[in-house]
Amino acid sequence: MLKLNINGSEHTVDVDPSTPLLWVLRDHLDLTGTKYGCGIAQCGACTIHLDGVATRCCVLPVSAAEGKAITTIEGLSADGSHPVQRAWVELDTPQCGYCQPGMIMAAAALLADNASPSDADINQRITNICRCGTFPRVREGIHRAAELATNAMTDSAAEEVTS
Amino acid sequence: MTQRSQQQIDISRRNFVIGSTAGGAGLALGMSLPLGALAANTKAQATEVNVWVVIGTDDTVTVRVARSEMGQGTLTGLVQMVAEELECDWDKVSWEFPTPGESLRRDRAWGSFSTGGSRGIRESHQYVREGGAVARTLLIGAAAQRWSVPVDECTAKAGVITHNPSGKTLRFAAVAEAAAQLPVPKTVTLKDPADWEIIGKPMPRLDTADKVTGKLRYGADLKMPGMLYAAAHACPVHGGKRQSFDASKAEKMPGVRAVLPVGDDAVAVVADSWWQANQALKQVKVDWETGDSGKVDSAAITAMLKEGLDAKDAYVGHERGDASSAIAGSDEVLSAEYSYPLQSHAPMEPMNATVIWTSKRCEAWAPTQNGEAALEALADAVGMLPEQCEVHKTLLGGGFGRRGFQDWLAQAGRIAKQMPGTPIKLMWSREEDQRQGRYHPITRSRLTASFAKDGQPDAVHMRISGQSILAALRAPLGEERIDPVVFQSVAPEGDHAFIYGIEHFLADHAMRNPHLRPGFWRGVNINQNVFYFESFMDEMARHAGADPLDYRRRLLRDSSPKALAVLEDVASRAGWGRQLASNSGLGLAVCKAFGSYVAACAEVSIDDGQLNMKKIWAATDCGYAVNPQQIEAQVAGSFVFGLSAALYGEMTVKDGAVQETNFDTYPSMRLAAMPEVETKVMASGGFWGGVGEPTIAVAAPAVLNAVYAATGVRIRELPLKDQSLV
Repeated sequence: MLKLNINGSEHTVDVDPSTPLLWVLRDHLDLTGTKYGCGIAQCGACTIHLDGVATRCCVLPVSAAEGKAITTIEGLSADGSHPVQRAWVELDTPQCGYCQPGMIMAAAALLADNASPSDADINQRITNICRCGTFPRVREGIHRAAELATNAMTDSAAEEVTS
Repeated sequence: MTQRSQQQIDISRRNFVIGSTAGGAGLALGMSLPLGALAANTKAQATEVNVWVVIGTDDTVTVRVARSEMGQGTLTGLVQMVAEELECDWDKVSWEFPTPGESLRRDRAWGSFSTGGSRGIRESHQYVREGGAVARTLLIGAAAQRWSVPVDECTAKAGVITHNPSGKTLRFAAVAEAAAQLPVPKTVTLKDPADWEIIGKPMPRLDTADKVTGKLRYGADLKMPGMLYAAAHACPVHGGKRQSFDASKAEKMPGVRAVLPVGDDAVAVVADSWWQANQALKQVKVDWETGDSGKVDSAAITAMLKEGLDAKDAYVGHERGDASSAIAGSDEVLSAEYSYPLQSHAPMEPMNATVIWTSKRCEAWAPTQNGEAALEALADAVGMLPEQCEVHKTLLGGGFGRRGFQDWLAQAGRIAKQMPGTPIKLMWSREEDQRQGRYHPITRSRLTASFAKDGQPDAVHMRISGQSILAALRAPLGEERIDPVVFQSVAPEGDHAFIYGIEHFLADHAMRNPHLRPGFWRGVNINQNVFYFESFMDEMARHAGADPLDYRRRLLRDSSPKALAVLEDVASRAGWGRQLASNSGLGLAVCKAFGSYVAACAEVSIDDGQLNMKKIWAATDCGYAVNPQQIEAQVAGSFVFGLSAALYGEMTVKDGAVQETNFDTYPSMRLAAMPEVETKVMASGGFWGGVGEPTIAVAAPAVLNAVYAATGVRIRELPLKDQSLV
């Protein structure tokens, strides 16, 4: 039995500890937002946050995730309100959408580390494969999400001052 | 003054079925599958006004969409067209897929389900708009009846019918049931394009919200009570058969429920999780019978195709004048040879399907580009009548043509039949997906030209040697065995007509079919034909010492003003002719494909032998543009697909099998390599061209012509990764 902390909840799973986390999420816990694309950490469709770090979980043994905070696309926000998700909707970024949970998780991790990434930062950090070719709107979406996040911080700061 | 072009359409020839209540279709197993509005419709009472339009008591409007959605945005575009004619409230619109089984029962009321060839909009715009117009007419008729007023005193707008003299109003929902009982009007009037308020607007997609939260369930994500998971492995040499297999080791592995033979060419493992199934599959030892195909390698295929370049016999796809004589009689001839490799579709979601089989019925949930073909394939695979089967479409995690083939669904059916009563979700590993592709056909081409005194070409012979998709599909090719698809973009007429006014032109095809299965691959044969011809056009211009833009201009002025217009536009925006650094260049390409006229101008620089694609200016004239923001997304996306192919895409063959089985050896473009794309939608009106595919063909030749301009290096073989730019 392994204990996993996923999206803030404790889960106990009875699996071979060498099973990649991806398949525990998908087949055992029915958290299917995290996708299988290649199985060799090339495409990034399986990107989750492990203690806040963008991680391709198709090659991560579930045992290595024990004791760490796992965040999947389902847990990024309760209602799709994370700035990256809002920017993605605003710009209609997804096409087929299959790679987008991984793309969004990679983008959210980038913004958590760097509130205002440059194009060069985005080039370096966003290496997920998208066969539909959504890259222009992914890039634009990250810049827009940075803006939304900054505006939200400014708003809440203003609220604190006035209240 | 805009010309009015309202159309009177005879509706009686169509078979609209009226009056049944929608909702519940596709929920045979009682589980909640988030497929469009299906779930929502089961909550609110809903009335089917006609086959296209379902109206809920809560004023929601559900539009039925028969074509598949794989990211290309057709779903939203088709709903826009129905909604435009229906005059409903766009904010209350959602969608659902009718099933192919329902289509069978209702005499194909929704027309074709086939989603490929950029035809989603261009081949159904008429009848889906008519569908919306019929529903509107019925709703207005019901309201007029309720008020006992003449129909022509009433109009509809934003889901509300108004009796204009009195100002009385009724919502669509209030008259939907009555409307469904009325006789179908014999004719309807479609709106003048000048009056469109939903068509032509950059409406947000209807399928985005669940794609950013992970809620959307693709085929690969379905889960049903009691479901087991399957992984399969078919003979890596296409056409080979399974001789025998040893399951002893796999059967003992954890979670494994069964190790099964599938058809005559595959084995599958069924297990409690997909990971367990796929791990066990690797331990199944299979002996394959591969015959001569098992000895084929890439060099043998190249030799086979090279022989075709000189073959006496070839199918003539386009002949005007007498190119052979003109070239033979000329003392100034230019000739060049090009090649284009096998490539895999590699959609991000690997092939998968979920099937439940009982002795009486078989049902599947499948990400397919063609619901009707899927139903037939499933029925055939399990030995039932289509009437005993059903296919529920999911949204697709990419398709690009691969999911127009239903082999993976047939395989899932054969597995499920061996596990009666148990839902089986078959998913291929990326490796299996690559091995069992329906690859972009492999071809070579030799282009030969002779010139008039002014340096313009007076004759061009384009010999194509290589695979025919239609031949591989055993499609009837007629007495002369010509595959017309081979000649896309160099065809004598139609959606893929050759655009240039060259006096003597001959395009012929030496059909050479290696054993690897070819398929329709986003863009299909325009990918190589436009690369071949637009590269050679550049070579001819350089040979003549002419400017490549001016050279094309003279050949297009009379023969294709629309092609010239998109070309002039990209050249102008790119600043064609401006001074560039010595390591930089601009390149052009233009063509007609899938009914649209498209052009690109690329700017590149070569830095330390490395290609840097800075920007591509694109223009597309698709006649009517239904959703400009989605067209822009398709153009940029098609460049990623086309440039991935040009830069890296190659399936090589050894011992009859492909070698590139994952993204480490079959790379795809990533964000950092993506050039800036500036797209102009130049919708000139009057025709309906495709948008998902045409622009893919101009990306690579524009970039490669720019590479030549920058370096003097002419790339004639793809992919670029195998070539030196120094």
